[in-house]
Amino acid sequence: MLNARALAATALLPLAANAQNQINMSTGISEAGAVITDLGAEIYGLHMLIFWICVAIGIGVFGVMLYSIYAHRKSKGVEPSQFHEHTGVEIAWTVVPFFILVLMAVPATSTLLEVYDNDDAEMSILVTGYQWKWKYEYLDADGENIAFFSNLATSQEQIYNTDTKGENYLLEVDEPLVIPVDTKVRFLITANDVIHSWWVPEIAVKRDAIPGFINEAWTRVLAEGVYRGQCTELCGAYHGFMPVEVHVVGQGEFNDWMAAKRGAAATDAALAATELPVDELMARGEDVYNASCLACHGANGEGGLGNAIAGSTIAMGGLDPHLNVIVNGVAGTAMQAFGAQLSDIDVAAVTTFQRNAFGNNTGDVVQASDVVSYKEG
Amino acid sequence: MGDHHHGPAKGLSRWLYTTNHKDIGTMYLWFSFAMFLLGGAFAMVIRAELFQPGMQLVEPGFFNQMTTLHGLVMVFGAIMPSFVGLANWLIPMMIGAPDMALPRMNNWSFWILPPAFLMLASTLLMEGGAPAFGWTFYAPLSTTYAPPSVTFFIFAIHILGVSSIMGSINIIATVMNMRAPGMTYMKMPLFVWTWLITAFLLVAVMPVLAGAVTMMLMDIHFGTSFFSAAGGGDPVLFQHIFWFFGHPEVYIIILPAFGVISQIIPAFSRKPLFGYASMVYATAGIAFLSFIVWAHHMYTVGMPVAGELFFMYATMLIAVPTGVKVFNWVTTMWRGAMTFETPMLFSIGFLVLFTIGGFTGLMLSIAPADFQYHDTYFVVAHFHYVMVAGAVFSMTAAVYFWLPKWTGRMYNETMGKVHFWVSFIGFNVTFFPQHFVGLAGMPRRIPDYALQFADFNMMSSIGAFIYGMSQLLFLYNVIAAIVSGEKVSDEKVWDGAEGLEWTLPSPAPYHTFETPPKLEEQPAY
Repeated sequence: MLNARALAATALLPLAANAQNQINMSTGISEAGAVITDLGAEIYGLHMLIFWICVAIGIGVFGVMLYSIYAHRKSKGVEPSQFHEHTGVEIAWTVVPFFILVLMAVPATSTLLEVYDNDDAEMSILVTGYQWKWKYEYLDADGENIAFFSNLATSQEQIYNTDTKGENYLLEVDEPLVIPVDTKVRFLITANDVIHSWWVPEIAVKRDAIPGFINEAWTRVLAEGVYRGQCTELCGAYHGFMPVEVHVVGQGEFNDWMAAKRGAAATDAALAATELPVDELMARGEDVYNASCLACHGANGEGGLGNAIAGSTIAMGGLDPHLNVIVNGVAGTAMQAFGAQLSDIDVAAVTTFQRNAFGNNTGDVVQASDVVSYKEG
Repeated sequence: MGDHHHGPAKGLSRWLYTTNHKDIGTMYLWFSFAMFLLGGAFAMVIRAELFQPGMQLVEPGFFNQMTTLHGLVMVFGAIMPSFVGLANWLIPMMIGAPDMALPRMNNWSFWILPPAFLMLASTLLMEGGAPAFGWTFYAPLSTTYAPPSVTFFIFAIHILGVSSIMGSINIIATVMNMRAPGMTYMKMPLFVWTWLITAFLLVAVMPVLAGAVTMMLMDIHFGTSFFSAAGGGDPVLFQHIFWFFGHPEVYIIILPAFGVISQIIPAFSRKPLFGYASMVYATAGIAFLSFIVWAHHMYTVGMPVAGELFFMYATMLIAVPTGVKVFNWVTTMWRGAMTFETPMLFSIGFLVLFTIGGFTGLMLSIAPADFQYHDTYFVVAHFHYVMVAGAVFSMTAAVYFWLPKWTGRMYNETMGKVHFWVSFIGFNVTFFPQHFVGLAGMPRRIPDYALQFADFNMMSSIGAFIYGMSQLLFLYNVIAAIVSGEKVSDEKVWDGAEGLEWTLPSPAPYHTFETPPKLEEQPAY
């Protein structure tokens, strides 16, 4: 439990200087003054309306109480009145609050109906929660879906206080979700393991990601920019480490990004059909390891929530048992089936990496074709 | 009185075999205070880790065990048993009964609690660690993905449920059958009323919780799929069942607190409670509404919009009877002749802070806004305003108020006032900033956070340490009063206090009201 090294380092490192203290909900308006989403601005307005009604009632109730505490003290020699029960007053303080509530319910209802208006979306994105990352899949009418995982990009050194924390500490990912501006985007939200919740405060979208069920949400973001959020349903040990990062870009830039993604997918597919040299596999494998394995298995393969990789009998034993763990996961543990999450080339690279890094010098080279043939049995 | 009865047995057997409501009440109160300190220690670990961004003291998995056990121990170990202890001590004395109706069951309902909590605490030492899925234990995190200790957790919950149901049956039987002649329902002190209604809530919903954990047990060990979509079940079903228990549960916690406040504010205002009847009806109204609002905890699970609207409207309605309560207390103070001894200070603290918790509750009831509040620190702040400043403050007020009657000795008033002010300030420094970080986007149950939340979290942690320390002062004051406090000789310790318990000697003898009291002079209030 105790992490003395990290504790000692804490005192030495200053926090990033530009952290700001925000004390209220996102207004739905960007710093430049542009509306980010109509719905976000509306929800903020609703929130403030209810807040001010509460403040007004509070001033009334607490005012009466404070005056009473000041004026009706025994030390002032007052004689207690013995009055009690007054039908008129009692009816009034039942009926008046009821009408105030009706007043609140009207705008609340209309806003809620807008939240639920999922019709006429121009594009759909399947958002899947995993322990502890998000997968985004752009649904394509021709079945040419683009899918990728979005992992926490903050380094373990920053988390364990041996490196200065960056501006977007814990709110940055390796591959953000990219959506075009002024486009109605429908999110289909689900989960692969436990319940997660996908939330971006500034665009006012939060919906639980529930395994086996698909929830719908939508947004139309009007201001380009980067919007950040986090998982908001306890989903296990690293619940605090699966942020959401959304880049809202112009339609042209979005099209370019999409084309690049398709190109990269084609390159990966081509790579999978060739033999890669060992140093390329190792470099790629290290990237995959850092994104997908490190949180549980440690930066040096020393283990943690998961077993140690360094010196592991699995990573240094036969290839098939090793691929079995990576591709199929281990039932009943946090070890997921990465065969469904990583491309064959990435599985090959990370397997090669694990078999040759951290002192596991097996000398084995695993190619994508080995993974394909393993999967085919 | 009571010469023909022997006094308490000596030594340990007195406590093991006792069927005396006062002994059992005392054990409940000490047990709950021990759990309060244990749950508080878990909270201190949480706040120490959150003192600064970055992981310092504990690992994320252990952090989750702390949040889970903090919630479970505080709800089931500290707050609920403390009010049962209060009920044991006070209900027989308030209604003029010699004891509880079912004294042997009373002994049993207490003595199964310590083993249950021992088992729950022992999960910390088990392989895989203690439950780490939050006190709301949502499936499938608490089933398929749970540590092996979950089975012990389930068994502990079962025992707590049995204990609560037995305690509630006892209270219902006592109140219905053992009131002194002339004490009609509408003459019962409000504390008795609120507990009677609470007992019905408990009997209604504890079996639902038992059902939920049993279904979990089946899913984990016997291959069923109640909460797994892969086998035809539904994880959201778990949440519906849990909150069908869980929402009445919060009123189970707060209604006896309302009862306490309704006894103390009139006593120190030297003025009858303004609207006795409307308080009873408001309590019943809140209890009824508590059964039809559960899904407001689940606005983001993807319910159909009609369901969202129903639960939003029903939840907003709770503001009406709750408002009636607050208005009644304030009107009771109005034109009274108030003094501000420690019980009154804690009651006024309750009134102010609980009302703030009520306001944030009203904000949370607004479904579209809740999409922004849900599962953030705003919720954490809200429920600590009602749980700590509500239930715990009222419980503290109750201990100071009735301690002289229980022990025949007075606590140190100055120290009591210091305890109040340090608690009040510590509490607000802890929880008020949590509204800000919650609105700004900090999710609950995270061991580490983005840098923009750093200042308020540090403030929160400092406040928590202050609040935690102030409870040791409370412990000292109570023990010092019992050991060497100034003796009180008056039956009526507080000049404004009304009720049958204040007609008894101080300390209250081991057996009281063996012959029922006469009620003519007792006012209705």
